[in-house]
Amino acid sequence: MSATFLGMPGSFPKNSRKAVQNSQLRFNLRKATHTIRGKRAGVVGELPDWQELRAAGKAIKDHTLRNLDRYLLQLEEAVTRAGGTVHWARDAAEANRIVTDLVKATGETEVVKVKSMATQEIELNQALAAHGITAYETDLAELIVQLGDDFPSHILVPAIHRNRSEIREIFLDKMPHVPPGLTDDPPALAEAARLHLRERFLRSKVAISGANFMVAETGTLVVLESEGNGRMCLSLPETLISVVGIEKLLPSWRDLEVFLQLLPRSSTGERMNPYTSMWTGAVEGQDFHLVLLDNGRTDVLADEVGRQALRCIRCSACLNVCPVYERAGGHAYGSVYPGPIGAILTPQLRGMSSELDASLPFASSLCGACYDVCPVAIDIPEVLVDLRAKAPHAAAEKAGMKVAGWILNDHERLAKAQRAATRARKLVPKRLPGPLSAWTDTRDLPEIPEESFRDWWERNERA
Amino acid sequence: MSAREEILARVRKAVAGAEDVEIPRHYRTNRQGEDLVGLFAERVDDYRAIVHVVPAAEVPGKLDACLGERRMIIPDGFDRAGGWDDVNTADGVVTGCAVAIAETGTIVLDHGPGQGTRAQTLVPDYHLCVVRADQIVAGVPEALARLDPARPLTWISGPSATSDIELNRVEGVHGPRTLEVIIST
Repeated sequence: MSATFLGMPGSFPKNSRKAVQNSQLRFNLRKATHTIRGKRAGVVGELPDWQELRAAGKAIKDHTLRNLDRYLLQLEEAVTRAGGTVHWARDAAEANRIVTDLVKATGETEVVKVKSMATQEIELNQALAAHGITAYETDLAELIVQLGDDFPSHILVPAIHRNRSEIREIFLDKMPHVPPGLTDDPPALAEAARLHLRERFLRSKVAISGANFMVAETGTLVVLESEGNGRMCLSLPETLISVVGIEKLLPSWRDLEVFLQLLPRSSTGERMNPYTSMWTGAVEGQDFHLVLLDNGRTDVLADEVGRQALRCIRCSACLNVCPVYERAGGHAYGSVYPGPIGAILTPQLRGMSSELDASLPFASSLCGACYDVCPVAIDIPEVLVDLRAKAPHAAAEKAGMKVAGWILNDHERLAKAQRAATRARKLVPKRLPGPLSAWTDTRDLPEIPEESFRDWWERNERA
Repeated sequence: MSAREEILARVRKAVAGAEDVEIPRHYRTNRQGEDLVGLFAERVDDYRAIVHVVPAAEVPGKLDACLGERRMIIPDGFDRAGGWDDVNTADGVVTGCAVAIAETGTIVLDHGPGQGTRAQTLVPDYHLCVVRADQIVAGVPEALARLDPARPLTWISGPSATSDIELNRVEGVHGPRTLEVIIST
């Protein structure tokens, strides 16, 4: 990713208005999200104890967050005992500085990367580039995004907005030594990526990863993947640096039994993803560094309603079922975390001072499909509504709400207002003027009845 | 204040007064199995791996047939002589495993004797794995209970694949593109 998300202009409504006019994008998204929905529903339905696993997953995460200080210290001790080195980073700048210094100390100028949301969030690739270090993404979708000079648009499948023929075009255009006569057959595209990256895997001395889980009790890190690029990066290079958000912790080894069932079925809709790597400290002579990242997470933790977003295991099931995401796509959210989870995570991590971030809590119809599929039962609509209340509102809106509150707070005032509205009902236009027309462009204005229910009740009770 | 102290202080302040929660574990554990071999074979096959269910006495013959003329890495501790040394030029690798999971069709390597290093089981394009029937457990909880967290672990469910093109599983990216499993009964 050569460009940056942080400076992305606009707001969700403006970005999505543009996105929905792109019919190719809508077709690609519809096809992909509907495929994965069906697969997820099938493998979730196979497990008779899915709801029990979900309840356990939610409780394990809540318990961990409640005791996060204790478990972080336990993890640090376990990783150190197993020969690893633990670093702590308050924010993106500090994490980037730590990683840059570690890479510089090896004398290398190239690193291979396993797909990681945390390193995208802190924009590590750009920070490394500023110090003359090139980071090569090795996940197929990340490679498509990096070669296409594009933004990721999905947590799990960053190039979900591209179909096979677009991917072929990008490879032909940007990939050195691309096989002549490359077709858009997915196995052929996968083969091209294999050949492109093989040499790099075998000669790279430094790898950077994230992690899906960290186990406090044992100091074990866990990475789930499909392609084998993760295994390549985690096991071949001499130095491994993992950047992991502090909320990725699980207390005990046993807790993995819940999450290794919840995550693959929720994310790729498989009984199990092809490869999962687990390692504890420095393995097979490797030099291992763990960078624990805060970067706004403790602020989220301090919010009683919003902290549940930290339960997220980045499965992306909420994106795949969201009617808003399906139409607007991931770029409209202007963050590495798109979709419903992004709409509650981004404004909490970054604050709501920009127009874009303040618009995100409104990027939802509150239909609740995201809550239904969430494997750790994050009540996304609840957090959205809470954030909407906290978001900055226009002075006119605030004044209007104040008047409405004043009227609704007193039954006599309300009755007077209703009678006044009834008398004026013939004067109310079908469409509202000025900026209010945004509402009536797509909706009918509710008709004002001849008589309020209160008045009707009063009249009939008396009669 | 160091970053470590500051983050820990922020955490403590953020959760001060919050209630702790009990963890309900009403999901299935300690399952004893009906036909675990049959289920495991079916689930591995679903990933488009090649599966053979063979009586223990016939495993050596089956191995001969699978290995053929291939230049195979035979790790230390695997009950067979010979083998190829260089991972970059080997055609494949043959290993045992630590445990296997019927419900998900997963093989877990702990890279102990007979299972090779992480690189040996990754770089060659063909992985042949021998699973004993008594190594197959019903589900994920039963597998974790048998594994040692201090060892590096590699969980393998079918050949290397990707879902990155239109969210459909396609076999064959960086790991072994062919996975063949001999289940010894």
